[in-house]
Amino acid sequence: MTRSAPAAGAADPPRPAAAPPAFAMTGGQVALDGRPVLRGVDLHVAAGEVVAVLGANGSGKSTLIRALLGLVPLAAGTTELYGLPPARFRDWWRIGYVPQRLSIGGGVPATVREVVASGRVARRRRLGRDRAADRAAVARALDAVDLGARAGDPVGLLSGGQQQRVLIARALAGEPETFVMDEPTAGVDAGSQRHLAGTLETLVGQGRTVLLVAHELGPMAPLITRVVELRDGLVARDGAPDGAPGCHPHPGHEQGRPHAYGVAGGPLTPEDRG
Amino acid sequence: MIELLSYDFMVRALVAALLVGLAAPAVGTFIVQRRLALLGDGIGHVALTGVALGFLTGTAPVLTAVVVAVLGAVAIELVRARGRTTGDVALALLFYGGIAGGVLLIGLAPGGSNATLTSYLFGSISSVTTEDIWVIALLAAFVLGVVAAFGRQLFVLCQDEEVAKVSGLPVRFLSLLIAVTAALTVVIAMRVVGLLLVSALMVVPVATGQQLTRGFAATMLAAMAIGVAATVGGLTTAFYAGVSPGAAIVLIALGGFTVALGVGRFVRRGRAREVTP
Repeated sequence: MTRSAPAAGAADPPRPAAAPPAFAMTGGQVALDGRPVLRGVDLHVAAGEVVAVLGANGSGKSTLIRALLGLVPLAAGTTELYGLPPARFRDWWRIGYVPQRLSIGGGVPATVREVVASGRVARRRRLGRDRAADRAAVARALDAVDLGARAGDPVGLLSGGQQQRVLIARALAGEPETFVMDEPTAGVDAGSQRHLAGTLETLVGQGRTVLLVAHELGPMAPLITRVVELRDGLVARDGAPDGAPGCHPHPGHEQGRPHAYGVAGGPLTPEDRG
Repeated sequence: MIELLSYDFMVRALVAALLVGLAAPAVGTFIVQRRLALLGDGIGHVALTGVALGFLTGTAPVLTAVVVAVLGAVAIELVRARGRTTGDVALALLFYGGIAGGVLLIGLAPGGSNATLTSYLFGSISSVTTEDIWVIALLAAFVLGVVAAFGRQLFVLCQDEEVAKVSGLPVRFLSLLIAVTAALTVVIAMRVVGLLLVSALMVVPVATGQQLTRGFAATMLAAMAIGVAATVGGLTTAFYAGVSPGAAIVLIALGGFTVALGVGRFVRRGRAREVTP
């Protein structure tokens, strides 16, 4: 597998060389309603990386992660999940997807615990009863987002930030290797953002792979090992998060450089904010 | 109640009512969660074409209704999943086609008239035969079996189809499964409340249950209890008051909803106080 995208973390993942990357898109193009949204994206994410996809509204961020997961078809190019195209990928338990918002189905209430427990569905056999492992994982996930006390409440009664935490807990409950988060901080207050950053820190400490889309990194900034910036459906920048995209006109310069500098939440440029 | 059970036709009718009262709200919970509350109506209208086809070809109308309703449900699902046409437009198209097809075909059937269709439109639970009971029991067992075996997967599917896909669930199979299960439920309920009121048994108990509960499983169980209370209560009322059973069942269900709305307001007020200290 050749790496066509310069990756800041390329030199350091402590995995055997044979392990395929979590995500590998080559020349990915996506058109929605005939309008090109991704115009040839190369993106390889190795296990253990913490990648933030930034960009203005309409730059193709959400479409990119949806294409990586096989939720929207590619018009051209290829994409692989752990070395397999999404249609042939079977180990979905390895992926924890956190969508942008909770779609509270047509008025039938569901408790926080029910939604979080549904994150185990990729791991559970159809007729299997609640096993102890399931219950323990759900309890850990609820604790991780500090919603244990709300487990019996209907999700519809929670605030936007709390609902976001429910979605994260749902992904946590499946104990995946890789988390894919679509704007986990959108509409979330500062306190919840710090809480989310704490949860993320734990995951990163466990060596999980994280790919997230964000407008602003906020308190998550110190955890990010690599920033991919999209502009008009193309990768405009791919490298260490130095908070000053203008300083590196040639993203390739960052290759192999340790990514531990300048990550203390430097201000994002207006383009980043969208 | 004892007097009621001394009539064979009433015993059969009560068994049918019980099975329908359990199965329809169970499927209905998923359908309401998926925002397809009118799916049952759409399938019901299509099933009318199936009934007329049965009379035309001399086949048992229940069987042709099953076949046509299942095909209709699959068609709705395919239109919904593939096309850009929204679910409600797809349903509307079926409403018109189903009724027109039924009326047209029954006119062609020897000795058939619109009056023949009336018992299917409004139900005729007192004329349920032992054979019908077996068909209803078999279909109800299938419906409840699907809910028990696939409930967790269907919950994820109805909550968020993309999350279901990324969880590795067979989204297309599950979508078709729920459509087919709904179609079978419509045919079971056809004899009890009639095709025009079928959907009421799939939707009203769920709407009632969710006024009183916090969770999905609790809503489904409450809806099934309410469904049985409405079908058995409505049938009993109809027997003593000499009114149409289908109408009595639906009106009792709606009455229950009104009561639950009032009770639910109190429940929620207490809950809000609990949640915001």
